[in-house]
Amino acid sequence: MIQRDPVVAVRRTTELGLMVMAGVITAGAYVLAALGRSSSLPANLVPLLLIILALLVGAHLAVRRLAPGADPLLLPIAGLLNGVGYVFVARLRPDLAGFQSMWTVIGVGAFIATLALVPRTRNIERFRYTLALFGIGLLLMPLLPVLGQNINGSRLWVRLGPVTFQPGELSKIVLVVFFASYLVEKRELLSMGTHQVAGLWLPEIRHLGPIVLAWSFSLVIMFFEKDLGSSLLFFALFITMLWVATARGVYLGIGGVMFALGSFVAYMQFGHVRTRVEIWLNPWKVANDAGYQIIQALFAFAAGGLAGANLGQGSPQRIPAVATDFTFAAIGEELGLLGTVAVVVCFLLMVGAGLRIAMRAEPPFEKLLATGLTAILGIQSFIIMAGVTRLIPLTGITLPFISYGGSSLISNYILLALLLRISDDQAQRAAQAAVGQDSTQLGAR
Amino acid sequence: MNSQIRTLGIVLMVLFSALFLQLNNLQIFSAHRLNNHPANTRTVVRDFTQPRGSIETADGVLVAESVNVDDAFERQRRYPEGALFAHITGYFSFTYGTEGVERTYNDALTGRDRQITLGRLGDILLDKDKTANVTLTVSKSLQQIASDGLAGRKGSVVAIDPRNGNILAFADYPSYDPNVLASHNQDEVRKAWADLNADEGRPLLPRTYRERYFPGSSFKVVTAATALASGVATLTQPVYPVLTELPLPQSTEPLRNFGGEACGGALPEILKVSCNTAFAQLGLDMGPQALAAGANQFGFNKVPPIDLPFGAESAFPDPSAFARDKPALAKSAIGQQDVAATPMEMALVAAGIANNGVIMTPHVMGEVRDSKADVLERYEPKPWLQAVPPEVAHAVRDMMVGVVAAGTGTAAQIPGVTVAGKTGTAQTGLGTSHTWFIAFAPAEAPRVAVAVMLENQPSASEFTGGAVAAPIARNVIAAALGAP
Repeated sequence: MIQRDPVVAVRRTTELGLMVMAGVITAGAYVLAALGRSSSLPANLVPLLLIILALLVGAHLAVRRLAPGADPLLLPIAGLLNGVGYVFVARLRPDLAGFQSMWTVIGVGAFIATLALVPRTRNIERFRYTLALFGIGLLLMPLLPVLGQNINGSRLWVRLGPVTFQPGELSKIVLVVFFASYLVEKRELLSMGTHQVAGLWLPEIRHLGPIVLAWSFSLVIMFFEKDLGSSLLFFALFITMLWVATARGVYLGIGGVMFALGSFVAYMQFGHVRTRVEIWLNPWKVANDAGYQIIQALFAFAAGGLAGANLGQGSPQRIPAVATDFTFAAIGEELGLLGTVAVVVCFLLMVGAGLRIAMRAEPPFEKLLATGLTAILGIQSFIIMAGVTRLIPLTGITLPFISYGGSSLISNYILLALLLRISDDQAQRAAQAAVGQDSTQLGAR
Repeated sequence: MNSQIRTLGIVLMVLFSALFLQLNNLQIFSAHRLNNHPANTRTVVRDFTQPRGSIETADGVLVAESVNVDDAFERQRRYPEGALFAHITGYFSFTYGTEGVERTYNDALTGRDRQITLGRLGDILLDKDKTANVTLTVSKSLQQIASDGLAGRKGSVVAIDPRNGNILAFADYPSYDPNVLASHNQDEVRKAWADLNADEGRPLLPRTYRERYFPGSSFKVVTAATALASGVATLTQPVYPVLTELPLPQSTEPLRNFGGEACGGALPEILKVSCNTAFAQLGLDMGPQALAAGANQFGFNKVPPIDLPFGAESAFPDPSAFARDKPALAKSAIGQQDVAATPMEMALVAAGIANNGVIMTPHVMGEVRDSKADVLERYEPKPWLQAVPPEVAHAVRDMMVGVVAAGTGTAAQIPGVTVAGKTGTAQTGLGTSHTWFIAFAPAEAPRVAVAVMLENQPSASEFTGGAVAAPIARNVIAAALGAP
């Protein structure tokens, strides 16, 4: 049985050890943040510790049972980021702490459910067109008249009764599944050059349909939902996957040109895009106005310095929307460069683990899916971290696992479950191959 | 596909490296610039919402503390002693920043100077309160006596321990109530600030160390010490002729003694009666270089390194100014013309004579303690200047004893204590005088040096300093020594 495989056992033990560390760090940070704010221990400490323990143990046991051969790094890192994110949400917006813990419970539930409902990665491949429709539907849902909500100038939200959520978060994953399955099927066609333009072999025009479609969708998101970050992420994701699937660099070129074209039109046509770029170029000119948020974030990073002001002792509340888009700046202020670099390294480790899964996976669909899911994590975390540090123009998207927000947390846990599932599939195959080899050798003897 | 995936990994790695560099830039390399950016009010507000240590006197009276209040700033700074300590503690105002000890010891009071040490990481868990409390060298009891001595007259009283530079009393009048400037009601604070600035008495000005006056005859201590140190005069030679007025070179206007009195003699005698004609001649005999050098040795033309902000330097003209103006040199030798001194500087002159010619660095901080009353920092006395050699200091001391025993300063006598002193009555040219008295005691082993200065007293005689200022000095010295 695969559970007795020594490699598998080591993987799960490693994971358990790392999970315990993530739990200890989270609990410690929570206590420090409470001490820093009010110099007394938080009243709900014991129940909170129990919840953290239950979540970590629950997620770990689920992996042990449902995906025993999966990569041991991803879940503990996600748990750590989620824990640190929770500490900051509780510290910045105590009123949202209860919601965030509820979202975390639901997120871990979604993680376990995904592992349970998708016993083999290939099972989801056959739902590809359903998923495509579902994904597009989710993406466009906020534009519906009654359901859609405008929040902070962006139309990303859907209200159903008392609950608001951002369907775009989930649609990214659904669409990545679709892209992976579609591109694997069509990659032969897409990678063939049939005619030459300016020295480059280009594929048939009709095969460019999907790329044009993806581009149009990202423009729709940008123009009608005013969501630059998701638009950028969506398009970058598609082009990346197309390029990985076909190994044709020309798609990067075409994508780049289309991106430039879309950006240029957006810059000329839309005030909010122009404002974002102008703030990025010179926030000091509008320091008390449009540039206030980013400048306060820069001050927060500077105030943190190397070691930070310590948890609960900075004043990150001065940054508008600090609990959602700007959590990273709060981390910069209170945990300093040591804290921000730790977060960056966590994301880099997740990206590394994700791409390793992609490299090892044999079926092209799983390979491409793992690449796409990892790219979501990498690109999204980069876009927002680079945005709040003024490395690139700011676009409001969430920092995976850290920012406040239910849709984001749940989607990222589903993403994580899919990555673990692919990783486990490959481990199962490797184990079977090993068993097969053993029996062949036995037979030969 | 694997080579594309590897390339994607490299691209993401490059992007994250750029992020890493940008974080280093923001949090380390540009941090100083951003922290001090004019648009950045973060540190100010942070100081205001953070706990802040208290300030107390040497005799344990609280003079500044933070109490919890229910508003946006969470904490309110209070000054229980009001105007009495305003010019020492200063204020901690959101609107107008900080002043006094609140300014110089801000890092200790906020605990910021301790936050950076990694060795104290454990403290964060065990004892969160990093703020420190400052204990002053000034005692409430002596400050009160000094302030009472001024009795509502504009002026200053400075008392220093000559052995270590401890400021024992630092009183001046008028003063102000720092509580109004520490208020969180911005409109009230702005109005109070405008009123204080419009007040002709200039209550915001700490006269003790930021206002300069003609030192008048109290400066003769410097002239006499310099003459002895440079060898121009001894205790017996020269003997100056008894005159009522001294004809000055390059001038038709002679220099007169107060009230047309006649005086003269050797150094101890002319200091005892504060003889203007003789000291003016002594100044001319010494010449500009020697006198200016002597004044500089006593701390003129330097800001005393006291632990309070924006101190003023006392002024003695550059020797070149006297080259074509001999009368100015003669008048400077008696502390008139272009000589100007803060009350603290004249107290330091007395302290230097008292401490074998060595002026110790003046300071108001005695100790910095943490919230558990453990001492974090104790002020280490350090010499500031060697004004004159010890034997010169001893000779001047003996002459100053003569001033109190049988000269212009008899009002400073304390039974059982040998007091050394010197009066000063500096004419303002407006019919009034700044009256001075500088002193120290006990002369055998001095433990306190004092300068008393009262502005614009109606006067006509050299004895005014002795009559008005000396009794205040006497009371302060007696209290400081614990004598009746």
